[in-house]
Amino acid sequence: MTSTLAPDDARQRADDRLARRGRAVRMGPVSFPLRPRLVAVGLLTALVLFVLVVLNLSVGSTFIPPDRVWANVVGTSYDDYFTIWRVRMPRVVVGMLAGAALAAAGAITQTIMRNPLASPDLLGVTHGASAGVVGVMAFGGSYGIISGPLADIGVPALALTGGLAAGALCYGLAWRGGIDGFRLLLVGVGVSTVLMNLTLWMLTLGDVSDTGRAMVWIAGSLAMSTWQDALPVTVALVLVLPLALVAARTLDVLSYSDEVVRSLGVRLELARTTTLVLAVLLAAFGTSAAGPILFVSLACPQIALRLARTSRPPVLLSALVGAVLTCAADLLARNLISVQLPVGIVTGCLGALYLIYLLVRGNRKVQA
Amino acid sequence: MTTQQIRAHTTPEPVAAPVRLSARGLTLAYDDHTVVHGLDADIVEGTVTCVIGPNGCGKSTMLRALGRLMKPRSGLVELDGRDIHRVPTREVAEVLGVLPQQPVAPDGLTVADLVARGRHPSQRWYRQWSGEDHRAVSDALEQTGLLELADSPLQELSGGQRQRAWISMVLAQGTDLLLLDEPTTFLDLVHQVDVLDLVRDLHQDGGRTIVMVLHDLNLAARYADTVITMREGRVVASGTPADVLTPELLREAFDLEAVVVEDPVTGGPMVVPVGRSGQRS
Repeated sequence: MTSTLAPDDARQRADDRLARRGRAVRMGPVSFPLRPRLVAVGLLTALVLFVLVVLNLSVGSTFIPPDRVWANVVGTSYDDYFTIWRVRMPRVVVGMLAGAALAAAGAITQTIMRNPLASPDLLGVTHGASAGVVGVMAFGGSYGIISGPLADIGVPALALTGGLAAGALCYGLAWRGGIDGFRLLLVGVGVSTVLMNLTLWMLTLGDVSDTGRAMVWIAGSLAMSTWQDALPVTVALVLVLPLALVAARTLDVLSYSDEVVRSLGVRLELARTTTLVLAVLLAAFGTSAAGPILFVSLACPQIALRLARTSRPPVLLSALVGAVLTCAADLLARNLISVQLPVGIVTGCLGALYLIYLLVRGNRKVQA
Repeated sequence: MTTQQIRAHTTPEPVAAPVRLSARGLTLAYDDHTVVHGLDADIVEGTVTCVIGPNGCGKSTMLRALGRLMKPRSGLVELDGRDIHRVPTREVAEVLGVLPQQPVAPDGLTVADLVARGRHPSQRWYRQWSGEDHRAVSDALEQTGLLELADSPLQELSGGQRQRAWISMVLAQGTDLLLLDEPTTFLDLVHQVDVLDLVRDLHQDGGRTIVMVLHDLNLAARYADTVITMREGRVVASGTPADVLTPELLREAFDLEAVVVEDPVTGGPMVVPVGRSGQRS
């Protein structure tokens, strides 16, 4: 190959460099690759998230200084108990968790579809949830208040059911002795379009005050968030994120072409179906908590990918970035103008702008 | 169409080496289009086998089936005497490495990342990376001469280097049985020879058993111990290059009029096609 003045020296250096990259964290039989950059970026993102949570708790229609926020959080003061614990805290927690769940779902979907444009929005989940919620809001109740047995189910459960049903429908329609990623995406786009139009049609049929509320939900709003909304998505994250960590190695392989995946001894259909189910669950729970918060699942994995410089979107970091984006967006949505904006509108703008910035910067670097 | 099989063995092998991989009455099909019809083949331990044949003769399909990348319609593939589809897929991947034709990796991947993926079969969910994995990757890159390019993105490599990177990935898998589907496609002659020299080193120094699909008859003649010639999903001939690369068998398999002369470098057979240019008037 290339000859240098001191070939052995160069070889040794290359070997050392490889050894530095190939370090592992070991605890008994458990051993994981050590990725310093990923860990550093993760800690930094967590720090940013913490700052944003504090800001979210203190900034609002009445400003509460951070020290008073702290006193209320640890329980040495109850002066702002209602504002912090009943209004702002549930809102920021639900936003954070929903953003994390959507972004993690996006990271998994983009990896197994080998497509940066793939997102749970295209797997029918989001639109299925919308159709479910709008259908019941427009016809099931009166004046935006859902009555009867449907009241017990609640909007999150409706969204969850709609999302999961649509996800399963896409999967079933795309199945042909196995799942082809591209085919699934196309079926997903088709199903999503049908559901979206169904939703619009129901919005035109329903009573104005009912559909008004439904519109707010569709835009992705955290305004009505309560502790009740946080529970399901917390459970989903606690159960699914560790699984995503366990499946990290499989996700790494699934980002290669099918033949390579099979040649490495992976049972392709099983692995892809399992990880896809994880993604659909995360997306459905995320959507059920706060409505379809736009663009989080598409942009956050790509942002995390570029921050960590990995070969595929890292799931945990994507979840953190998702939480950051949603918290930042909600902070702006509540305070930017006198009228409260639905957070989904802001995540759409913010996420899109940041993604475009990263892409443009990336292009320049390649050209330079 | 001749279905007759010619198994020409000029010299009986002294001690029969074990058969690692064999196809028994293998029929392969895509949907309702049958590509390979009742094929038998044996891959003997410690040999380099080249599969040749005209385009669409089913040679790549056969290799995919041998590497359990596809299920046979009927018949079976045996790996060390066991039906390959009854062995757990991870166990197969620890014995047999396959490099598919035109494999695709995600964008932005470095060579080291790619090669590390080859460790997948020997990893577990709780042991996703260890010192052993690192050593295997480093050794594989050393063998293919890519150690100094370990940090380079795959896209920035030349075609030949990229092919070496993929071979490194299969090497990191640590199998002694390698199936390579057209490892020299899209490479110029220099890089074709470069990759095939590497394959020969892997065979001679590492004692690996290798099966590859090749297009170039002369390169097959030069690098193979055994050549399997296929046509329309059937084996036309199988044996040493000298036995198989004869004008008669070339006509039968490829409809090719050719003169076979002695390769001035190796002394083996060299195919010189006649074509239309040969019929000078």
